[in-house]
Amino acid sequence: MITPRNCRCSLLAILALAASLRIPAAAGDAVPVSAGSLTPPTAAPLSPHSDGFIPRWLLLEPIGANGLTDSAVQAAAKKEYFPNQFTVVPHDGDTVTPGGMPLTWHAVDTKNYNVNLYHFATALNKKTSDVLFWAVTVVNSPHEMRDMRLAIGSNAASVWWVNGEEVIGIYGDRQTVIDDGVSKRLTLKKGANVIRAAIVNGGGATDFCARFLDAQDRPWTGFTIDLGAIHP
Amino acid sequence: MRHALLATVLGSASLAFALDGEIGIHDPSTVVLSNGKYYTYGTGGTGLVSDDGWTWRRGTALPRRGLAPDVIHLGDRYYVYVAANSGPTKADINLISNKALDPNSPDYKWEEGGVVASSDGVEDSNAIDPGVFLDPADGKLWLTYGSYFGYIRLVELNPRTGQRLHPEEAPRNIAINGEASDMIYHDGWYYLLVTHGSCCRGADSGYNIRVGRSKNVAGPFVDNMGVDMLQGGGKLFAGSEGRVIGPGHFGLLDLGQGVQKFSLHYEADLDRGGASVLDIRPLQWKDGWPVAGDNMKEGTYQIQSVRTGTVIEMAVEGVPVGGRQAGRGGGRGAFAGQGGVIPAQDAAQVSSKWPAGSVDLRMANYMLQAQQKWTIAPLPNAGGYPGSPYFKVTIAGTDRALAAAGDAELVVLPSFTGAPEQLWRMDQLPDGSWRIMPKSVPGSKDVLALSAVGSSFATLAKFDPASEKQRWLVKAP
Repeated sequence: MITPRNCRCSLLAILALAASLRIPAAAGDAVPVSAGSLTPPTAAPLSPHSDGFIPRWLLLEPIGANGLTDSAVQAAAKKEYFPNQFTVVPHDGDTVTPGGMPLTWHAVDTKNYNVNLYHFATALNKKTSDVLFWAVTVVNSPHEMRDMRLAIGSNAASVWWVNGEEVIGIYGDRQTVIDDGVSKRLTLKKGANVIRAAIVNGGGATDFCARFLDAQDRPWTGFTIDLGAIHP
Repeated sequence: MRHALLATVLGSASLAFALDGEIGIHDPSTVVLSNGKYYTYGTGGTGLVSDDGWTWRRGTALPRRGLAPDVIHLGDRYYVYVAANSGPTKADINLISNKALDPNSPDYKWEEGGVVASSDGVEDSNAIDPGVFLDPADGKLWLTYGSYFGYIRLVELNPRTGQRLHPEEAPRNIAINGEASDMIYHDGWYYLLVTHGSCCRGADSGYNIRVGRSKNVAGPFVDNMGVDMLQGGGKLFAGSEGRVIGPGHFGLLDLGQGVQKFSLHYEADLDRGGASVLDIRPLQWKDGWPVAGDNMKEGTYQIQSVRTGTVIEMAVEGVPVGGRQAGRGGGRGAFAGQGGVIPAQDAAQVSSKWPAGSVDLRMANYMLQAQQKWTIAPLPNAGGYPGSPYFKVTIAGTDRALAAAGDAELVVLPSFTGAPEQLWRMDQLPDGSWRIMPKSVPGSKDVLALSAVGSSFATLAKFDPASEKQRWLVKAP
């Protein structure tokens, strides 16, 4: 039987994950997330996976959100939760206070093609259902790149921006599929390009993946991920 | 199952289209493209010409006005084989050739090439209805010919001159019980297509096209049941259907990039007073056999990506068929439905919240919703391409039109205006799926096709016959 909520995790997996939990971070006090597929980042810029997936992200602890329809997700993603929400590239450990509740940004690297938000939230003893995750990364391109496409998958709905422009929205209760949502052709600047996402989960497992496709729809690997590219 | 469903849909859709313009002809030669125009010649020297393969007009007749010509383009010349009877079964097939088929060309000058095959009126063959075939495997040129009396025969020609090679050798017998033979090559097999049944009786004509195959150009050609075509075998390729009776005279029209079509005539088109007319249809391949495909028919469809299984939809928030349920979760109430018969969803039920202006296109799982149903309708007087007119593609029940947009992307416009970027070409591919292309793309000179670049997004891109990205199933909603 498949329930409306898409939880696939076993009790054993939850117990194993709980054993690796660190004490949840206090406001302004970044605690490295190390759980399941996620590890704390190293200092050096990182290359993408061989198939182009972006492995390093800044993730904000989840915010409560309800609804996966187009309009509900758009409303949740466009609501202002904290200052400079659509422009800020946070530091690891920065804190914001949507609705007066302090939430912390955490830098993570993923071992897999995807970023497992369930691992992330559970490791911090946070909710995983009916929540919105903000994710930000900085892609450092050696050249201007034309006719590129951002290609993402997410569980569940998500809205994506590249350098401040909204480029993808996918809606409904869905699982992460590689290249599920793909942007129109766009140009990446030489240097730092900011990728931002709002992922809304209804219930159960939650994760996302993201990469760029070139003009021939081939995964692009010619970049680095440098969260310090915008600010040291 | 997928192909069975597709066949059912096409069979039950509205009226088929034949070609447009002056298409009266009998025994047409294989349609050939020359300097941007399509040409075919029929019995009596009838010539038809078209600028786009859809709308035809009378062209210049051949200088030899014999029976059932066939044409092939080799090097810088067009070789035409045309037969004439001088007795019931006494006949010659003559070669004429020309550097151009357009009489206005300075190169237009017919040259006689002599007799390439004949029958003496006694032997078991009637040397008419030539079909010329260039073997892509080895570059050899062949001619099949014959008509009911005795055998369909095969002789070799010189690919540099079009004339007979080895005239001292006896022709090889490869089939009986037919005429209008032609040969094609596909995936290591030679296919012999022969028209069986009776011709020239209007709606009482039993013409039908049958096929056998062989690993050798000289046969034996056997059908799907293993019956040799020399013993009357032949798998049905095309028979009477819909409003057209008596298909015959197959000719391959290879458009490149994996798109193949075939020319033929019907003995009687009931929508044209029972006249004999030209048609061009898609050529499919299934289980190693050629199958006569159908051109796109007007109707309302879902358009599903072969690559992803998702369908194109106007990017608006969908409403579940029957309306949203008041709750979710387990328990008896979640599975009991709402009772009664839930009607199909149409645009009038759900479009009040749709944006008034242009809307993006995207893809999603097919959920029987109004923004996923497309009406495909032919456009009169808007031109076309071999076999079909251009179509408009609109959300069913609305005038919201699918269009190519700048930067080779796609958009759904609030209304159809007839601009070239709103006109769509639909070619059926060998697997029964469709290539869908706008007539033009704003700001681009490239020929582009609808392409699934991800599960939930479609764009325009150059057609790649090896990829499933640009293959679409057009299915009943």
